[in-house]
Amino acid sequence: MSGSKIMQLSGAEIVVRCLQEEGIDHIFGYPGGAVLFLYDELFKQDKVKHVLVRHEQAAVHAADAYARSTHKVGVALVTSGPGVTNAITGIATAYMDSIPMVILTGQVPTHAIGEDAFQECDTVGITRPCVKHNFLVKDVKDLALTIKKAFYIASTGRPGPVVVDIPKDITAMKADFEYPKSISMRSYNPVVKGHAGQIKKAVKLLLEAKRPMIYAGGGVILGNASAELTQLVKLIGFPCTNTLMGLGGFPATDRHSLGMLGMHGTYEANMAMQHCDVLLAVGARFDDRVIGNPKHFFEQPRQIIHIDIDPASISKRVKVDVPVVGNVGEVLKELIRQIEAARGGPDKESLKAWWAQIEQWRGRDCLKYDRSSAIIKPQFVIEKLYQVTKGDAFITSDVGQHQMWAAQFYKFDKPRRWINSGGLGTMGVGLPYAMGVQMAHPRATVACVTGEASIQMCIQELSTCKQYRLPVKLVNLNNRYMGMVRQWQEFFHGNRYAESYMDALPDFVKLAEAYGHVGMRIDKPADVEPALKEAFARKKDLVFLDFITDQTENVFPMVPGGKGLSEMILV
Amino acid sequence: MRHIISVLLENEAGALSRVAGLFSARGYNIESLTVAPTEDATLSRMTIVTSGSDDVIEQINKQLNKLVDVVKVVDLSEGDHIERELMLVKVRAIGKDREEMKRMADIFRGRIIDVTDKDYTIELTGPGSKLDAFLKAIDQTAILETVRTGASGIGRGERILKV
Repeated sequence: MSGSKIMQLSGAEIVVRCLQEEGIDHIFGYPGGAVLFLYDELFKQDKVKHVLVRHEQAAVHAADAYARSTHKVGVALVTSGPGVTNAITGIATAYMDSIPMVILTGQVPTHAIGEDAFQECDTVGITRPCVKHNFLVKDVKDLALTIKKAFYIASTGRPGPVVVDIPKDITAMKADFEYPKSISMRSYNPVVKGHAGQIKKAVKLLLEAKRPMIYAGGGVILGNASAELTQLVKLIGFPCTNTLMGLGGFPATDRHSLGMLGMHGTYEANMAMQHCDVLLAVGARFDDRVIGNPKHFFEQPRQIIHIDIDPASISKRVKVDVPVVGNVGEVLKELIRQIEAARGGPDKESLKAWWAQIEQWRGRDCLKYDRSSAIIKPQFVIEKLYQVTKGDAFITSDVGQHQMWAAQFYKFDKPRRWINSGGLGTMGVGLPYAMGVQMAHPRATVACVTGEASIQMCIQELSTCKQYRLPVKLVNLNNRYMGMVRQWQEFFHGNRYAESYMDALPDFVKLAEAYGHVGMRIDKPADVEPALKEAFARKKDLVFLDFITDQTENVFPMVPGGKGLSEMILV
Repeated sequence: MRHIISVLLENEAGALSRVAGLFSARGYNIESLTVAPTEDATLSRMTIVTSGSDDVIEQINKQLNKLVDVVKVVDLSEGDHIERELMLVKVRAIGKDREEMKRMADIFRGRIIDVTDKDYTIELTGPGSKLDAFLKAIDQTAILETVRTGASGIGRGERILKV
């Protein structure tokens, strides 16, 4: 290990220097007693900009979205005790979606640990089940190496959040500072290249397929492998579906795209998934919301090839025939090379017949809705949002019906444009996600598709947006219900809408104005497009668009819980 | 099926809780778990006895390997191996029981390591089944207290688990 020249620095200085060495330009956080030395050092420099949020949960979400939209490591800084417990939802959200993050947490001084000190909590213990790894720094001499390890672990292999818990006295003590340039750990060696023999088997299967299907997940986005995936699809002409986390990994407007699959996936994607004879899964994990009931999935025999960086993702829910462990980009490159080298491509006749079948399914037009409605249909708002932003915005979402409509109706052609909580399904992420994205891309168009229930879970961040002049556009699909809860109650609980009605809503227009932003209420379909145009023309303003939408609209298609992928409820 | 898994892991604070937490979070069984530092002070060796279907055992192996502190994982049950467990039993040893207890300890190659006028403490080592057999063989009402370490395991012959 070699590094820059050695000097004596305080723990707090070391932390800031490490962030600078890692090329971190923004961190999101909230100060408190245990991190005062750290904030003092942040104050003295201007390379690492600190974004002050209004609640620690939002700090982690914003840093998470920063990472999702840039491929850099997101960094959050919170104080001990309640700072950490508030951050937990954010950390768990990032963990479920494998987002590279480093969360720096303050801790009470080492001598007070275990004495139930003021604002003490067992951070390493509380965060352990929802981090890739965590550290408690007990000696200032270990600080720089620990932070190096944290960034290394967070960003390599299957990425994930790493917590570094730093007691207050450690930030005041001095030590020699040298930031290691590189690192190796005997207990952590993620695989990069896929096994050539396995790839050869995969190629053979793919070229023999009669009804092939490509199913691409969030791993394609995280592994920056969209170009390779697109090249592969173009080369062999197979249909491709993306998971909720994988949207944008393959261009949605390409004719090979069958859209999203899963519980609210398209008819054509779910039918093709169920009836294919060879399935290539790329950076996906056969999640319960994606393949429905696995027993039903197995009823149709098919050969499965699974490319994933995490061996534990392979054969976890679904037994696969050809596992390939490695970085999806590297594996796809090798796969493409071998396909190009193989004589003859896939069987053209079979593929033609398969596409004819798929086009028939596609003809079912599963995403149709009432376009003549006098009440605003939520799908219509998303379609107009897509048109007004020319399909080129960063879209964040909260969780629920609006999230599914955004996923279905906004056609993502590029990776890292669709930012949402897929695994944990955390309501409240939308606004802080939009903040993180806008911070990372100051000139980009950023919209947050949300609902009147979700938005209230982190509404305080409107204040942060004001402070940092973040011109995000909030598209609130306001149906006065927790829509997805209401939908399930309608379908499965005899229309008993237990506690899903959002009574006593604030006046969102006035609320936005109270925070110093622009608010608009839209309740007629004819006003949707003009309102969106006006909002997006206000390049410097945050605009809160409160769309009063149809209360009874449901998300279709729907695979009810426990049912098979092809057992969809259709409109 | 029962499996005995050996794990080499970094001898760091919290490493044990990562393994224990993994098993509880994912609903895997732990029949026993023992851990102690090895001759290399930076490494600990853990022996876990668990049970589950082949799929579950495969996941346990993968998930253990995924833990950042874990250096190596070997499922000892996949090959020839030896298992040993240590048990300490305190038994009532008065009257005619006193001689009987000593005889039983001898038969099972146990050692009496603490003696009072009322009781013996017997140390017994062997596979779990032998310890069970001993407890069955003696008068149940004479057992005052037992403590067992859980199994430790090692591969036979050339099977060596090392970094």
